[in-house]
Amino acid sequence: MANNILITASKCTGCMTCEMACSFTKEQIFRTVHSRLRVFDFIADQGRFVPYICTQCSDAWCAQACPVDAISLDPNTKAWIVAESKCTGCRACTLACPFGSISHNSAVGKAQKCDLCGGNPACVEACPTDALTFVADESMGLEKMRLWAAATSGSATEVTAAPG
Amino acid sequence: MGWQRKILRVNLSKGTCVPEPLNMDLAFDYIGQRGLASRYLISEIDPKIDPLSSANKLIFATGPLTATMAAASARYSVITKSPLTGGIACSNSGGYFGAELKMAGWDMVIFEGKAKKPVYLHLDNQTATLLPADGLWGKNVWQTEELIRQAHGDRQLKVSSIGQGGENKVLFAAIINDTHRAAGRSGVGAVMGSKNLKAVAVRGTLGLTVRDPKKFMEVAAASKAKLAAQYETNTNFPKYGTQSLMNLMNEVGGLPTRNHRQNRFDGAAAISAEAMHAPRADGSTNIVTNQACFGCNIACSRISRISQNHFSLKDKPDYRANSGGLEYESAWSFGAQCGIDDLEACTYANFACNDYGLDTISFGATLSAAMELFEEGVITTKQTGIPLPFGSAEALVAMVELTGKGEGFGKELGMGSLRLCQKYGRPELSMTVRGQELSAYDPRGIQGIGLAYVTNNRGGCHLRAYTPAAEIKGIPQKMDPLLTEGKANLVRRFEDTLNIVDSSGLCQFVKFAWTVMGDFREHLEAACEGDFSADNLWLIGGRIWNMERMFNLSAGWDPKGDTLPKRLLREPVTVAGGIEKVCELGDMLPEYYSLRGWTKNGVPTKKTLKSFGLLG
Repeated sequence: MANNILITASKCTGCMTCEMACSFTKEQIFRTVHSRLRVFDFIADQGRFVPYICTQCSDAWCAQACPVDAISLDPNTKAWIVAESKCTGCRACTLACPFGSISHNSAVGKAQKCDLCGGNPACVEACPTDALTFVADESMGLEKMRLWAAATSGSATEVTAAPG
Repeated sequence: MGWQRKILRVNLSKGTCVPEPLNMDLAFDYIGQRGLASRYLISEIDPKIDPLSSANKLIFATGPLTATMAAASARYSVITKSPLTGGIACSNSGGYFGAELKMAGWDMVIFEGKAKKPVYLHLDNQTATLLPADGLWGKNVWQTEELIRQAHGDRQLKVSSIGQGGENKVLFAAIINDTHRAAGRSGVGAVMGSKNLKAVAVRGTLGLTVRDPKKFMEVAAASKAKLAAQYETNTNFPKYGTQSLMNLMNEVGGLPTRNHRQNRFDGAAAISAEAMHAPRADGSTNIVTNQACFGCNIACSRISRISQNHFSLKDKPDYRANSGGLEYESAWSFGAQCGIDDLEACTYANFACNDYGLDTISFGATLSAAMELFEEGVITTKQTGIPLPFGSAEALVAMVELTGKGEGFGKELGMGSLRLCQKYGRPELSMTVRGQELSAYDPRGIQGIGLAYVTNNRGGCHLRAYTPAAEIKGIPQKMDPLLTEGKANLVRRFEDTLNIVDSSGLCQFVKFAWTVMGDFREHLEAACEGDFSADNLWLIGGRIWNMERMFNLSAGWDPKGDTLPKRLLREPVTVAGGIEKVCELGDMLPEYYSLRGWTKNGVPTKKTLKSFGLLG
């Protein structure tokens, strides 16, 4: 069973360590702009940060759109991988992805996206608060379900807001 | 590496931006940030200049570890000659701006001269442009950041700027980045305002490398694990922030109250970390979440929301959102020091200080001096406009805005506590050292901090030798706060190690779990070329301290000014164990001079200066 990155935004402190770890792992340089994962600041209105990253779609829009078949599925990790040797930097994938989670790296003129680091994501390893965890695909929603189950079981009278 | 090896020199009089290589010989001798930028400043300005004249310079500096994978690598500093103390100023800030400046490829930006009209500096990596700030002048920090991002169509620009406080040359004006992180102390914002420099906006995508990346990542991970294993840094600071100190300092009799008339505040619990977490009438809490600065796995920063029906928010829609909440020093200065127990009013004052660009410690402590003048009948509503008794939240809320705007009695508060008390003939009521307002630790209940205030090269402040770590928290070893024995050495060692921390680009808080000669040395050795052996680090620490001291003496500091306000030396308070205490400064200062290799009058000897390579 493949694992995927589970984001628990409520635990994110905005430290950007995940972006640093990603850029260092992929490019051997501390350069957050080239991180495949990005953290967004909604502090003023929502009081939280939200990390965002490729969800590794089953039927990937980016791969569908690529005119040179440069994006393929890794059978082991179930991550969609950009073959730099084939990529022409045409940006069709960045237009096709509804989530914006594949982008254009202007330094090398190629598409870049999360490849799950071959099954051991550096961002997850670096996250100090478990806002990012690497869990079995099938158990992605399990913790949320558990919280909802507790909230709706009838005995929990103090729960006033939705969990998560 | 670690360093970008590049500095930008901006001449505001001529309107030029010229890059130059970083002087690596100096970098090896002073590391970066505080030490290195101070060395540049001191060798480039006459110590006697008027700090608010065009002859002063203003340096934004990162360190070699800024924006690396090291923990708490967010820091940058602003270095200049202080208009508040007349000595060297170095104010250090977190958030995201410092890392962005470093990733844009700069170790430092040196501002010289004075612009004819208001300008701001835009840095797009290595492209530097001075742009007119006509539409920004008169605006406060939060709006300035937003307007600059809009003007460039770039949501990711990081901005460091002054509000009306700096424009009006409030002597304790701060420079603020990322809406609520402050290069706060000693009036660096007033110097920026005097130069007609409104803001520095930067986008940095070049990144940086370190000397031995593999080793560096190992060191960073091992040292982060230490922070994650220590109670202060894994639980206390993330949950309660520095505000966890409020009830603790009150218990030990170390919480200055009502302009240091007392050392305990009966309203301390109401303005504490626990109060920030307590549900309000509508079920909400003052605290919304904690936040990290760039690269930090401690995340001590507070994000707060003012109670939406609090009187301070009338006609203040901007302050209804979430923003930076109370740190201990700020909660103390607005709260205990002014005798105010209204947490929401204190939070409002915090938001307003960040927006107007004012140092929270100096503003609160200056207001407390005014409150004492008012209660003594020295000033009346004739001067102040509204009553200023201790405990008045209404006065706090009104005065913060007037001070930022430079209107009414706020104009007098903007001079700082010493000049205010001098003006009304009562200088002894100013709780300052070298003209800078003291921090939130009473040296009668915590003896070592009294010496640290006095020897501090930037005037009264707790951030050059944080003795409460040892005296109250027992880190690294517990020392009795009421004894003077061993404090001279504690202060000296603390000063020299923090000189290194401040020069590296990391936050002082990592020191709760790290040692400077262990973890820090390993970071520097893996990141940078140069000699970072323990012996050389001690030498660098001492060199920075003696250099700053010599600058201050040349600038006109009389060593006789190495003293505390008389109240702290002569008016005893009841401390732990029911004992009556004053600060026994006289027991500590001569020993400190001796340990430093200074004369008994506090002047570094030629032999001492020579040992640090500071002669010729």
